[in-house]
Amino acid sequence: MSITVYVPIDSSALSLGAEKVAKAIAAEAETRGVAINLVRNGSRGLFWLEPLVEVETSKGRIAYGPVQAKDVPALFDADFLKGGQHALSLGPTEEIPYLKNQERLTNARVGITDPVSLDDYLTHEGYRGLKNALKLAPADIVKQVTDSGLRGRGGAAFPTGIKWNTVLNAPADQKYIVCNADEGDSGTFSDRMIMEGDPFVLIEGMTIAGLAVGATQGYIYLRVEYPHAYKNLNAAIAAAYKAGYLGKSILGSGKAFDLEVRLGAGAYVCGEETALLESLEGKRGLVRFKPPLPAIEGLFGKPTVINNVISLASVPIILDKGGDYYRDFGMGRSRGTLPIQLAGNIKRPGLIEKAFGVTLREILYDYGGGSATGRPIRAVQVGGPLGAFMPESQFDTPLDYEAFAALWAVLGHGGIVVFDDTVDMAHMARYAMEFCAEESCGKCTPCRIGSTRGVEVLDKIIGDEQRVAQLALLRDLSDTMLNGSLCALGGMTPYPVLSALNHFPEDFGAAKTEQAA
Amino acid sequence: MTQHVWDKSAVTRVIAELQDQPGALLPILHGIQDSLGYIPPDSVPLIASALNLSRAEVHGVITFYHYFRDTPPGKHTLHLCRAESCQSMGSASLEKYVKEKLGVGFHETTADGQFSLEPVYCLGNCACSPALTVDGEIYGRVTPQRFDEILEEARGQA
Repeated sequence: MSITVYVPIDSSALSLGAEKVAKAIAAEAETRGVAINLVRNGSRGLFWLEPLVEVETSKGRIAYGPVQAKDVPALFDADFLKGGQHALSLGPTEEIPYLKNQERLTNARVGITDPVSLDDYLTHEGYRGLKNALKLAPADIVKQVTDSGLRGRGGAAFPTGIKWNTVLNAPADQKYIVCNADEGDSGTFSDRMIMEGDPFVLIEGMTIAGLAVGATQGYIYLRVEYPHAYKNLNAAIAAAYKAGYLGKSILGSGKAFDLEVRLGAGAYVCGEETALLESLEGKRGLVRFKPPLPAIEGLFGKPTVINNVISLASVPIILDKGGDYYRDFGMGRSRGTLPIQLAGNIKRPGLIEKAFGVTLREILYDYGGGSATGRPIRAVQVGGPLGAFMPESQFDTPLDYEAFAALWAVLGHGGIVVFDDTVDMAHMARYAMEFCAEESCGKCTPCRIGSTRGVEVLDKIIGDEQRVAQLALLRDLSDTMLNGSLCALGGMTPYPVLSALNHFPEDFGAAKTEQAA
Repeated sequence: MTQHVWDKSAVTRVIAELQDQPGALLPILHGIQDSLGYIPPDSVPLIASALNLSRAEVHGVITFYHYFRDTPPGKHTLHLCRAESCQSMGSASLEKYVKEKLGVGFHETTADGQFSLEPVYCLGNCACSPALTVDGEIYGRVTPQRFDEILEEARGQA
């Protein structure tokens, strides 16, 4: 019997040489006349160990990493196919503490299965949620999701069940399910890992959403920067159609659901739900006024469920194990788990799916092991480019939507970007305004003009020109953007700007200002 | 001004194939850019007419999205990440190095027509910053030395 070897095909693993490793292992096995079954899995999310090679043994899967192509002959010499000892040995994969101490619900299969194998998906509890959903009335599916306490994982944290209920009760000849896969926030990659590593779970979640609200057409709006996700989603969709999990009659139920992937084109604002809908309709990604809500008038003017990848990918386990099972994880009003993405200047970056309630400090030090450079961590930005910078004094905050809101910070999509003490926070504040100016859709004035003025004001502050007056102007401008913008792009750019200013005034010349005063 | 010769039949083929989809404009623009490397300005009237849009609307969409380009790219296209995570790992100095090495700024193509350099805001490779792509192939933890190797590899390709 041939031995199964796993080499990830995840983008990040590929970016570190996984393709060459896979080729080297295949070639070496052939040279030595050993039969192996090479599976290209998703990533386990332990990125400091990528490319992480695993071998299936009688004692479970044994890991080696980080493996480069030049290490492959020595691995064979060490009999790694039987779990032999080598300098790169990591022991049983599931026993690595970083992985062992997680609560993987949404990412249960990522890194374990062959992402585009429907058989593998079914063997690992896939499509059990859909089979349950097919036995339920639409309102009962929605009730399960409502009971689970699931809130939108894209960042806005709106209760998913309530959104679905609105669409369910909106009468229309056509309804849509739209998946927001425009994961543009720096420091986030959990959507990508799901789409590359377990695309079927997203497809299943969207199919269940379709059954729940009576929608027969789904679109995945995927950012063009994710070519590997595009490939795997399309392969998985084709396999689902072939086996009757998508199409005119899902598993012979008589209920239809069609699904298609559409590509974005590099506009950050299209991650905003109404701009995304405009883009899907073939227009510029201009933000719409609300109301009407997309749940009432969404894509092509029809009632539309629009949810983030992680929200939809969390639905199958809720329908499989029940809303109560999911709700029992978490704290306060933040129920279930959050795939936390630890990135930037950190020793052990990766994907950490945990129940809500874990603290930032635990994530940064127990999991992350401190900064990559070995210098003190000075600030972290949580929730993407529109999230607040948080100083060391806030590291004991639990990951919980309300706890973050109380500090005027946002949990967002769960991305954490770490900066060491070489960071210049005035520069980061300026960058936030520059980014907003670059990406503004241009529809509302506070965002379009405010961000450009913001860059100018920050340039003056950095250049020590009328500093006191300019700082007052920056706060006034931020107030206008916060309260006057049409969407979160202009409305939240003040979060990184003001948090940088409030927590790190020394970088904005505070000492000089005091001397002058 | 340089006169670009562009493949009209490729454009009409893409339009004919995709124009009946709901919200067909973005798929059509992707289709054209996938086959020609850019969207020739002269193709705008063809697209507009097929979709019953004004030329201004089509032009507006092309220019709104960073990814679409209306000039031919170099033989290889580099996308260099400028977002926060990459900044935390020194992407600003890598950017400086890349620009000096290639002798171009963002949105420019090297004189020999080999490399176009584009900024990108996040490749989703934030756990392996700084990151860049060359013709869609992704690279992580890129140092100046690693960049030189990547460049040589790209040059070596036919």
